[in-house]
Amino acid sequence: MNDFSLLLPEFLVAGLAFFILALDLFIKENWKRYLVWVAFFGLAVILFVSLFIESEGQLYDGLLEFDEFTKFFRIFFLIIGGVTVIISREYVDSRLKYPGEYYGILLFTLLGAMLLASSAELLTAYINLELLSFGLYVLVGYERYNPKSNEASVKYILLGAFSSALILFGISQIYGLLGTTRFDEMSVAFSSLSSISPGMAVGFVLIVSGLGFKLAAVPFHMWAPDVYEGAPLPITAWLSVGSKAAALALAIRLFSEGFISVFGELQPILIVIAAITMVIGNLLALVQKNIKRLLAYSSIGHVGYLLMGLAALGPIAKTGSVAETFTNLVYNGLLFHMVSYGFTTMAAFLCVITVYNKTGRDDISAFAGLSKRQPLVALVFVCALFSLAGLPIFVGFASKFYLFNAVGGQGLLWLVALAIVMSLISLYYYLTIARQLYIENSEDDAPIEVSFVTKLTLGGLFGVMIILGIYPAFLLEAIQRAPDALISGNLLSLV
Amino acid sequence: MVGVLEVLEVLKIIDSSILLCLFGLPMLGATILLFIPAAALKIIKIVAVAFSLVVAVLAIYIFVSFDETLGGIQFQRIYGWLPLPGPWGSGDDAITLSLGIDGVSATMVLLTGIVMLTGTLISWNVKESTKDFFILYFVLLSGVFGVFVTFDLFFFFLFYELSVLPMYLLIGKWGSTSKFKSFVRTKEYSAMKLTLVLVAGSVLIWVAIIAIFFQAGIGSFSVIEIQKVSETALSPTFQNIFFPLLMIGFGILAGLWPFHTWSPDGHVAAPTAVSMVHAGVLMKLGAFGIIRIGIVLMPNGAETWMPLLIVLGAVNVIYGAVSAMGQTDLKYVIGYSSVSHMGYVLMGMATLNVLGMNGAVLQMFSHGIMTALFFAVAGMIYDRTHTRDTLELRGMAKKMGVISVMFTIAGLTSLGLPGMSGFVAELLVFIGVFQSYGHLGIILGSAAVIGAALTAVYILRLIASVFFGSTPEMWENQTDSRPRELLVAGILVAIIFSVGLWPFPYIEVIESGVNPIVAAISGAG
Repeated sequence: MNDFSLLLPEFLVAGLAFFILALDLFIKENWKRYLVWVAFFGLAVILFVSLFIESEGQLYDGLLEFDEFTKFFRIFFLIIGGVTVIISREYVDSRLKYPGEYYGILLFTLLGAMLLASSAELLTAYINLELLSFGLYVLVGYERYNPKSNEASVKYILLGAFSSALILFGISQIYGLLGTTRFDEMSVAFSSLSSISPGMAVGFVLIVSGLGFKLAAVPFHMWAPDVYEGAPLPITAWLSVGSKAAALALAIRLFSEGFISVFGELQPILIVIAAITMVIGNLLALVQKNIKRLLAYSSIGHVGYLLMGLAALGPIAKTGSVAETFTNLVYNGLLFHMVSYGFTTMAAFLCVITVYNKTGRDDISAFAGLSKRQPLVALVFVCALFSLAGLPIFVGFASKFYLFNAVGGQGLLWLVALAIVMSLISLYYYLTIARQLYIENSEDDAPIEVSFVTKLTLGGLFGVMIILGIYPAFLLEAIQRAPDALISGNLLSLV
Repeated sequence: MVGVLEVLEVLKIIDSSILLCLFGLPMLGATILLFIPAAALKIIKIVAVAFSLVVAVLAIYIFVSFDETLGGIQFQRIYGWLPLPGPWGSGDDAITLSLGIDGVSATMVLLTGIVMLTGTLISWNVKESTKDFFILYFVLLSGVFGVFVTFDLFFFFLFYELSVLPMYLLIGKWGSTSKFKSFVRTKEYSAMKLTLVLVAGSVLIWVAIIAIFFQAGIGSFSVIEIQKVSETALSPTFQNIFFPLLMIGFGILAGLWPFHTWSPDGHVAAPTAVSMVHAGVLMKLGAFGIIRIGIVLMPNGAETWMPLLIVLGAVNVIYGAVSAMGQTDLKYVIGYSSVSHMGYVLMGMATLNVLGMNGAVLQMFSHGIMTALFFAVAGMIYDRTHTRDTLELRGMAKKMGVISVMFTIAGLTSLGLPGMSGFVAELLVFIGVFQSYGHLGIILGSAAVIGAALTAVYILRLIASVFFGSTPEMWENQTDSRPRELLVAGILVAIIFSVGLWPFPYIEVIESGVNPIVAAISGAG
């Protein structure tokens, strides 16, 4: 018997999306700008609901799995989704048509992301990934009369479809050889294998490449800067946080439930991808003149750090006993850094959006003298950049320290050293923005007005960055429960 | 009467969390300043001075009430912060805000308190974005205090980075660009160089910290806890591999040759108060880090690598002095003299004997005060003449009598004249160096003495050419120091003489901190 109350938040999000689409049909044109509040407060209610409902169990014969891991990601996506909605408000009002569809489709992508975190079967995961991606294809090209937006959309669709095909091909390989696509059954089937057949290896590589596309990991990152540049700014933010976190959630569950017993075979691939991702991302960010492209490359760099955590999930030495590994620490670090990256990136993008809304410019020199024109935005922006660079007292420092420390404990100290050097390099390009904000003067000294809602959002994100940076213990308490749910069932199969 | 009791109650609370206040108050000050409108200049300055004054008083109180006969770690407080689960269990006290003061850090806290107060006073005339300046200045000092009072590797590193973070903006925005005949050193260039080089140093430190944490394997970042197991858990091979990371990583901030080039550029470009704090206190963070983390946690590694450090320190002394001779910019002379003087600190700590280490720490203190005075006076001269070119500045003594006296005092301290703080510190270092490493010690000790002689050459030449001789017409309208400036210089000069004439109170405090470190090394060896 299926207990559908487990899916309540997802049903509610879907219902909210349809409600907004329907409402859009019937209300007057000048009322449509209030749709944002419907979406925002709707999400707030759903967040409230999902904080308090019991959510342990399986649905559809184990296709969807609900545990603390699901709950953690569900809450994270709801919060980030809410932030995306609220930072879209002025942008949509001033630059886009059809707000109803915009928020409706955004909510569908959110739904896809939430379901990805609970998918415990490859095809279900694939469908949810497509739900997420299809919405994003539309949203990326939402500025219909902007050629760049169109270009971005075409690129994203072509490469996205290609990567989906890769994943599907990989799934078919694994299904053909194992006879199952459920994570738990895969894990059992793997552990009875004596060696990895070439066909299986092809399957792994294809799935990892497909996920690499979604995560924008090097060498599958080519689409990211162009798409980031062309997409409407709030969608860029959602792409770089929401969709990446969703792919990461799938990757974590897949690797720690499905592939756990063959993780040793996958690890070298992940380590190499992580290393080149952070190097290429950070080095290419150095030469960018456009803030969206710069943030795109910087987010590629951050994906490199996250992949490093992913690569360190299993013990590095195959003979090492389980008790001596720091897997738990790596999980925590991975999720902590993801949360930290998510909120900080949102804060940075909100600052970019605010300036873009008023000036229509998104090159780095557009931010010259912002500290005089709009001190609050400049302050939040510079703090977000410092946080991304991993400087105290912001959350980026604590999360990087935690993640790097955990990965170092897994015996990957050289990779950590590389990551720290890359952080140093990233500091350079973040400082060049800080220089524009505080040191350079702009030719136009007119103050930039900021609405109260934006101020409130900025303040909130700023507070999150500082509070989580100074005292992250309560967040880690919540994070801790998520991997526990994954690990508990799997240590046995590892031994 | 109730009022008095309440005051006592508040004092008790402050007393029990005094180290928290030490870095908390500057942070609080920065936060308060954030909410004061930028136009309210008077209030901003009052708040800034009030906070600096309170912190300076706290620092002096800590130094005075530090019981040197007891030694060890005093004012200890441990606050839980973040558990790290692992093979060691739940790791409930893995990362703790573990506060305490030993003889070495008590001296450094005193130094920081004094430099902070004088720096605030000297920044009175910062015109552009005064509010932002003080916010960043307070954040910087919060970081510096934090480093000195924590015994936890995580927080040590956090505060260490925190003290680097504001530097870019402080130099880039309020700094000054140096123009030379053939090239220009822009403030943005210097700021970027300083920030990146220092963070590059912390890359090495970070890697070493992670390695130490897992090698120790007790699931704690506490220096005290790790020190307990360091002999068994941190093998000599491990120490030999990772000690150089700390030595170079911290050494970069201490101005270690050949990684010192950020320091003159950075100090010259920085605004006066930031130069004072940076050369006066921040460079000491590096030296302090080598002692607190490097030598304490890895005594075997220290013994292996210290011969290299002492040679590099000697190179620092000579190289810095020779470079200073060739400079024509007042602040560059001081900047290179800092490099030279930090060489004594490095040499002193590399001796690994009580005398040398005492000398090193006292030299840290003495050099901090002296450099603060140097930069303060250089700032006063620059404010008036708008040049720092020693070829243009001539015969200033006639118009700036008091300022030239103060500069001369700083100069004489720098060259180690008896009766001033530099003499005592350098003497201790020399004796320590001569006692250590046999023939090498004698050669290097002689080199250090030669370095002191070279210092006399460039300092006396500088004083002679800038302050004495006939005054060109262009400087006829100069004014002498204002009361506020006199106060700043007076405080610093008084301390220089107090150390020089009666150094024993300082040395006793320092020795109570140095003794256990040296004892641990001879135990390990």
